[in-house]
This record gives sequence, C-alpha cells and structure tokens, in this order.
Amino acid sequence: MKELRGIGVASGRTVGPVAAMPPPVGEPAEGGELSEGSDREAAVVLLDSSSSTVGAELSARAQTARQAGRDDAAEVLEATAMMALDATLLGDAKARIGQGSRPERAVWDAAQHVAEQLSSLGGYMAERVRDVQDVRDRLVAALTGRPAPGIPVRDQPYVLVARDLAPADTATLDPSKVAALVTEQGGPTSHTAILARALGLPAVVAVAGATDLADGTWVLVDGAQGTVVIDPTAEQRSTAGAKVQGQTSLQAVGATSDGHRVRLYANVGDPSGVEAAVAAGAEGVGLFRTEFCFLDRAEAPSVDEQVMAYERVFAAFSGRRVVVRTLDAGADKPLPFVTADGEPNPALGVRGLRTATGSPQVLGDQLTAIARAAAGSGAEVWVMAPMVATAEEARAFTDQAHEAGLPTAGVMVEIPSAALTADLVLAACDFASIGTNDLAQYTMAADRQLGALAALNDPWQPALLQLIAMTAEAGARTGRPVGVCGEAAADPLLACVLVGLGVTSLSMTPRALPAVGAALAELSQARCVQLSKAAVSSESPIVARESVASILNETP
Amino acid sequence: MPERRAVVASKVGLHARPAALFAKAAAEQTVTVTIAVTGVEGTQDRGPVDASSILGLMTLGAKHGDEVVLAAEGEGAESALETLAELVAQDLDA
Repeated sequence: MKELRGIGVASGRTVGPVAAMPPPVGEPAEGGELSEGSDREAAVVLLDSSSSTVGAELSARAQTARQAGRDDAAEVLEATAMMALDATLLGDAKARIGQGSRPERAVWDAAQHVAEQLSSLGGYMAERVRDVQDVRDRLVAALTGRPAPGIPVRDQPYVLVARDLAPADTATLDPSKVAALVTEQGGPTSHTAILARALGLPAVVAVAGATDLADGTWVLVDGAQGTVVIDPTAEQRSTAGAKVQGQTSLQAVGATSDGHRVRLYANVGDPSGVEAAVAAGAEGVGLFRTEFCFLDRAEAPSVDEQVMAYERVFAAFSGRRVVVRTLDAGADKPLPFVTADGEPNPALGVRGLRTATGSPQVLGDQLTAIARAAAGSGAEVWVMAPMVATAEEARAFTDQAHEAGLPTAGVMVEIPSAALTADLVLAACDFASIGTNDLAQYTMAADRQLGALAALNDPWQPALLQLIAMTAEAGARTGRPVGVCGEAAADPLLACVLVGLGVTSLSMTPRALPAVGAALAELSQARCVQLSKAAVSSESPIVARESVASILNETP
Repeated sequence: MPERRAVVASKVGLHARPAALFAKAAAEQTVTVTIAVTGVEGTQDRGPVDASSILGLMTLGAKHGDEVVLAAEGEGAESALETLAELVAQDLDA
C-alpha cells in the first residue's frame, strides 16, 4: 500500500479507478520525409484506419448523448464525427502524404488549411475552428498511438488525474462520471479547487507523482487529509463514502470571504417553483415571473385570480424579499390580449412594459393584485417592469406602482440604452435588476434563440460585462441596489466577477445557489474586483475565462 | 456535365445542421456531386467542393438565398442532382 500526498482542497473520501487526462496533442515535427512507394502507401492506409476509428468513437459518443436526451451535444458530436471522415480533409492529407509528408504532419497541415479558410469567413464559421482543431488532435493522437485528448470518457465513475486542468476542460467535466479530482499542480485557490468544492467533488492538488499513476489503478482519494492511497485495502475502501453529494442548499447568507454582503436569490417561474427555492435556502426571490398567470388564455385573468396566485409565493417567503416582474409578454411569449400579430421583428417589438401603452388596464390590474396580495403577507414585495429603455418609462412605471401602494418599484435593465443612461434611469426608480440574457441579445444584435449565434450570447462577452459595470457603478452613485437575474448569475466564477463589478444581489435557478454561494465565500471582495477587471478588459469570452482562471491559480 | 441550380432555403445557410444533413445525403448518392456558389452579387464565386464533405460545405459558406450550382457526371447523375437540389431548396433547420 502506497500513499501520495498533496493539498486537500475539497473534502470527501471516495474510491475509484484512475483515468488520466491525456497530455495535449502538440504540433507534430516537420520533416522526416517518407520515401516513395510502400512507405507512403502504408501511411495512407494508416490514415484511413485512424479516421475510421476516430469517426466511430465520436459517433458512439453522439449516440450516447442522443439517448441521454442531450440533443445539442449529440448534434455537435455527429458533425465532428463527419469531419473525422471528411473527404476534403482526408483528400488534402493524402495529397500531402503523396509528396512525402508523414501522416500526422499531413493531417495537421490539411486541418490548418481548413481552419484558416473558416477563420477568414468570420462569425459562426470562425467559431467552428475549434471543432476542426479538436478533430485534428484526435486524428494525430490516433495516428501516433496516443490516447484521445480531452476529459476521458468512461462508462463508470472514475478519479480524474491530470497535470492541471484548463477552464475548457473543467467546463466539459461531467460530475456524475468524475468521482474525484487529483492534480499534480495547482493550489488551494486555483479555479479547479473552487469548482471541485462547488460541485462537491473531493479534490487533492499539488500531488507529486500523480501523473505516474497508471490508468485503471484503484485509488482512495481523501480530500480532507490531502491523500491519495494507491490500491487501498478492502477495509480502507469501506471507509469511503458513497458518491459524495454536493451541497443542495445554501450554507450561509451570501457574502465574500471578508464579509461583503451579496444577497443570493432564486428565480421563480410559477407558484410550484417556490418549494425548490425554499429548499435551496434562497434569501428571497429575485425574479418572480408572472407570465404563468396569463399564458394559454384568451383574456386577462381577474384581479382576484391573480391575488390568489401571488399570495402563495409571498406566503412562502414571509419575512423575506420577493421581487415581482410585471407581465413580460411579446417576442417569444405572445398573448392575444396584449400583443399584436405579424410584427416583423417581435424581439424589437411591442413587448414587456411596452404592451402597457396599448393595454393599460392589464398593468393597472396586475399592480393592484400584487399590492393586495402583498398586504399582510409578511413578505417584502418589490415590483419591477421588463423591457425599460428610458428614464421616462422608468419614472412613469415607478409612479404608477407607488400609487398602487407598492413602495419599492424598479426596472429590468435589458436594453443597452437603460445601461448607458443608468444614472438617469436609477434616479427615476428605486432599484434595477439586470436581465443578462436579453441584455446580451440586444447588445450583440444576436437572436438568443438562434443556436448559430450562441457564442455571441455568451454571458462572458466583455461588452456585456461593461454594461453591467456601468449600471452597477450608477447604482453605487445613486444609492440604489443593482442585481443580476439572468443566467450569468448561475455560473460560480462569473458570479464572483459580477460581484467585483459592483452587483449587490444575484438571482438564479435554485439548484445553482449552493455552488455560487460556496464560490463567493472563497474570495474577498478585492479579489472579485481584480477578477472583474481582467474579465472586462479581455478580448473575448474565452480569454476572459482564462484570465480569471489564471489569476485564481496565482497565490492570493 | 449535368448541372442543376438551386437557391439555399435554410435560414442559417448550408451550415451546422443543414450542412450535416446535406453532406450525409450527398454521400449516399452513387456519383460524386460537387457544389459551388456562383453569381451571388457582391460575392466572389466559390467552389466547387465535394458535396459530401461537411468541411467543404462549411468553407463554401453558402448563405440563405445564395444560388448554388450542383454538378455530377455518370450513371445516376440526374437523379442525384434532383435529390440534392430538392434538399438545398428546403429549410433543413426547420
């Protein structure tokens, strides 16, 4: 029995077989020309068989993904499987072999040629360059008899052993397949350590000799002691817990390690979602969507009906805050009694607060219902309007809400104009909440429903982060709270960046609360500011993620 | 060489899912079919590329509304062109 020692960064004891993270595939050396005749013929045969192997592997993974209901992932895998067998790529590589290139070098150069063409097309095509490079690396690995790059794929849970993990690797890590993490490098504050804690995976870093462990070796990882026991005895194995579960609820109120308070709220879509929010320990509801009351109906619901629906949510959060968003109809949520048919650009049409101009009674009734449900509920009910573009709109809504008996009224910042004039908008209302999904779509002029533009809608886009920073700074100047209630708040690392930008509350899907709360509790406010500065000034979302990870990897 | 012209109906162009579906269909034909982008105002003519190659299709960059030329030779060329031209004229992302 042998034991390796490192620094335990995420507690838990678990046992599993080692699967090593293969080293990245580097560029094959130039030269070493093949002689004419049999050498070149053999190289072509090897290329064909390697391409079949890689194509079959990727197809099998696509099928697994399809069966698991992950259709998006399946489609990407199917497309990369086709690339591995692609006639253009293989034809070019074979022509290069015909001129004496070694097969791995031929594939590398042929893929490089395709990648350059795709880059020059820009946009969506340029983003596919990574897929081509992934296929290239897989082919080169197969041709040179090395394991396929990337997170290993196994049927059973395993202990992932790596020199170090890049953000791109951890993003594809499946916590149901990885039982524990062991790295040779890294420290207690590295992004790997933070994510391991957030995911509830036992992890030991800075383990000398970890990468010498052979694949399939059974190890017992103790994330509290910082030990990796090789070939544990049956007795030792019995001390390991079953699959460690991550925390399912917030362990404390939201705060940075130095006590800077950040309220952590849940998004709630209808009264049945309240239980999940309460179970996750949410400090309140940061976004209570009210569309559920209005959908699938020919006419608006009565005030009484609405009061009953809202009361249920308010009662569950008695003593806590619930931020209600008024009806956000239009675009992807058309409603016959407020939205018009046949708008050429519904996302830019009469939606959100804009529907109140044509149907003032719907908003009036809703504010009356919210105020009535709030009275005596014990909850601190705030109300906010979606799709506000100007300070004028913010003032009109706020006045109307105050008159209806709701003392705290604010706006969603989803339109760049609202962020650009945030000082004026915030002066006209009581608070703001940033809807990052729509703000991204309008900032990048990229329809969030189009898969082809997903990269533009990445919440790490520096332009989006700048608008969030502007809004948060205006909030500090005017003394108004500024929260984030989009998907961005659910990403533990990005949540820390948002806090660094000055955001005062984060509202997210309840299941993300424990991980976000845990990540935030690890870092000081100054550290969050440091991360946010790096992210905002990055050239791209990928660079932003990597700069944040590399700052975390340095000693604090 | 027999040719067929068709206008790309897929909203995203011959990229992503439509490119994958089209390349798969082209690979099932008994003859090799090529595809090129020609006569699009303000764009240089591109291709021809092998229609069964997803990477070829991606570098071709045929967008929604672009006219493409399909070409093939040999037995079965006409029916292959017929099938593939029909696919080009469908919204494959729908």
